[in-house]
Amino acid sequence: MIEQPLLIAEGLSKNYGARIGCRDVSLEVYPGEVLAVVGESGSGKSTLLGLLSTELEASAGRVSYRLRDGRLADLASLGAAEKRLLMRTDWGFVRQNPADGLRMAVSAGGNVGERLMAVGWRHYGHIRDEAIDWLGRVEIAADRVDDDPRAFSGGMRQRLQIARNLVTRPRLVFMDEPTGGLDVSVQARLLDLIRQLVAELGLAVIIVTHDLAVARLLSHRMVVMRHGRVIETGITDQVLDDPREPYTQLLVSSVLAA
Amino acid sequence: MNAHATGAMPEITYNFAYLDEQTKRMIRRAILKAIAVPGYQVPFAAREMPMPYGWGTGGVQVTAAVLGPDDVLKVIDQGADDTTNAVAIRGFFEKTARVATTTSAREATVIQTRHRIPETPLTENQILVYQVPIPEPLRFLEPRETETRQLHALAEYGLMHVKLYEDIARHGHIATTYAYPVEVAGRYVMDPSPIPKFDNPKLDDCPALQLFGAGREKRIYAIPPFTRVRSLDFEDHPFRVQRFAQPCALCAATGVYLDEVILDDKGGRMFVCSDTDYCNERQEAGHRGEMAGEAGRASPSPQPSPLRGEGADGALNLSPTGKGRPEGPGEGTWGVPTTPSSAGDPGSARAAPSGMTK
Ligand SMILES: Nc1ncnc2c1ncn2[C@@H]1O[C@H](COP(=O)(O)OP(=O)(O)OP(=O)(O)O)[C@@H](O)[C@H]1O
Ligand SMILES: [Mg+2]
Ligand SMILES: [Zn+2]
Repeated sequence: MIEQPLLIAEGLSKNYGARIGCRDVSLEVYPGEVLAVVGESGSGKSTLLGLLSTELEASAGRVSYRLRDGRLADLASLGAAEKRLLMRTDWGFVRQNPADGLRMAVSAGGNVGERLMAVGWRHYGHIRDEAIDWLGRVEIAADRVDDDPRAFSGGMRQRLQIARNLVTRPRLVFMDEPTGGLDVSVQARLLDLIRQLVAELGLAVIIVTHDLAVARLLSHRMVVMRHGRVIETGITDQVLDDPREPYTQLLVSSVLAA
Repeated sequence: MNAHATGAMPEITYNFAYLDEQTKRMIRRAILKAIAVPGYQVPFAAREMPMPYGWGTGGVQVTAAVLGPDDVLKVIDQGADDTTNAVAIRGFFEKTARVATTTSAREATVIQTRHRIPETPLTENQILVYQVPIPEPLRFLEPRETETRQLHALAEYGLMHVKLYEDIARHGHIATTYAYPVEVAGRYVMDPSPIPKFDNPKLDDCPALQLFGAGREKRIYAIPPFTRVRSLDFEDHPFRVQRFAQPCALCAATGVYLDEVILDDKGGRMFVCSDTDYCNERQEAGHRGEMAGEAGRASPSPQPSPLRGEGADGALNLSPTGKGRPEGPGEGTWGVPTTPSSAGDPGSARAAPSGMTK
């Protein structure tokens, strides 16, 4: 690729006391690229995502991010204000549990509008119009704008999370099992939507999943984790069609229940 | 308390204003810091006071720390000087500090208040002390204290507008009528305590020093004299105060905050000044409202009508009609069942509680 990486991780490790969460992970994510992190339960996927998004403090290693002005910044060197601004404008977070990513007692419009208000929007009508526009993009009808997410189905809640995050046009979105716990048909529709938005907006996404079908459908590249380490990495189709590591071969052949 | 001077029993002597000098110094340091950083909530080591939290122990501690022997104290509760709460706090300082007390907003040098700012303009020689139930304006949307502290530190106040957004989405207008959030000196967002938003403009550029004390939550904050205080709003939904269709039925005042008084069970009612001192003063000066004759000079102090708002979940008190009063188990509400004296119930609000006053 000619383009420079958007995010660079070097030697990331995380220990939980004596237990290893994640060990010596290095990777790069390019603008517009979807990177899947796969592996069995407990392999360290969520830990890695937490380290990359700096929600978790690393025991070792560092994460650098290319700011909008082109500067590559070590995230640990950013001030609290700068980092939070980055997180709520240039990044997005889609959680497996919608209650962790939404304000459940706030209307759909308020959920989507929050980031706009956080960056200084002070015109109610404009905020509401923008929220309705984004609800439409995630296939939520405009007349649900004043309903709160408690009245929404699981699939709608995930779509609302996506709208809430994308409204500030982030360049990088972190997703942890966004389709987990959803019915298969609902999952398929959500994946379709994510794929379409990613292409349309040129989003980079780091998505954690234990579902290789999700990785196949969405991601360009993938990393396979085991016992906290990345054991294999490559173009998604290549890894899935021609896995090199015996462990990956087991995963792909579904011998292992991921 | 057992300080009743009965027979030959010597009266118990208190340290001036009840608190020991060291505690008062500690509170004064918190107050000075609060004045230095307008609108910022300064933690302080709140003391147990011989009254329930619901009685405004935060305000009482602040008052105790700023009171001097020559001060003249006024205590108001929902605009009135004669509610149980106001009478008890006034009695407390009469007894423990032997300061002069008054009901006149003009004569007072220190005014402790719950739920109102006097209609009489305040002066540079006065201190207004507010009793605060919930000091954190962001609390209702963000319960985590670590997070709200961050939000204040970084001046991230988008969440406050989410609250106002929700109001408009649900009610068509900003329905928050009490504890309406303000930005102080262009920096910190602050809860002005459950005063009606009608009083918010009085916060702005006020010549008096305004101090806020939250006892249960152990916070003090301040608005120094002549500080810019702006009520939050949206460009297309600007801040507005409540308006009343008619003047005060007793003193004919307009442009003041009125309370509804139920006269009988047949729907009879009237609207009178919530600030009884102001109303009395006007009546003495000869102003006559349309019901001044019937109601007489006794100025029926408005009953705290069925209390609303301020839920236990920390939700802001919303009073969509604009006429309600804050309610609920917050500080500054009636009937908080704690020791040593029970505060009584709303129905007996006028009765002096046992053990609180002489
Ligand atoms: N807060 C924590 N304290 C202690 N150990 C933890 C903590 N979080 C994770 N771990 C441990 O770190 C390892 C990696 O956990 P992690 O949650 O990253 O795995 P995962 O791949 O996301 O698993 P899953 O698919 O079940 O979500 C596991 O052994 C886990 O028990
Ligand atoms: Mg996980
Ligand atoms: Zn009047």
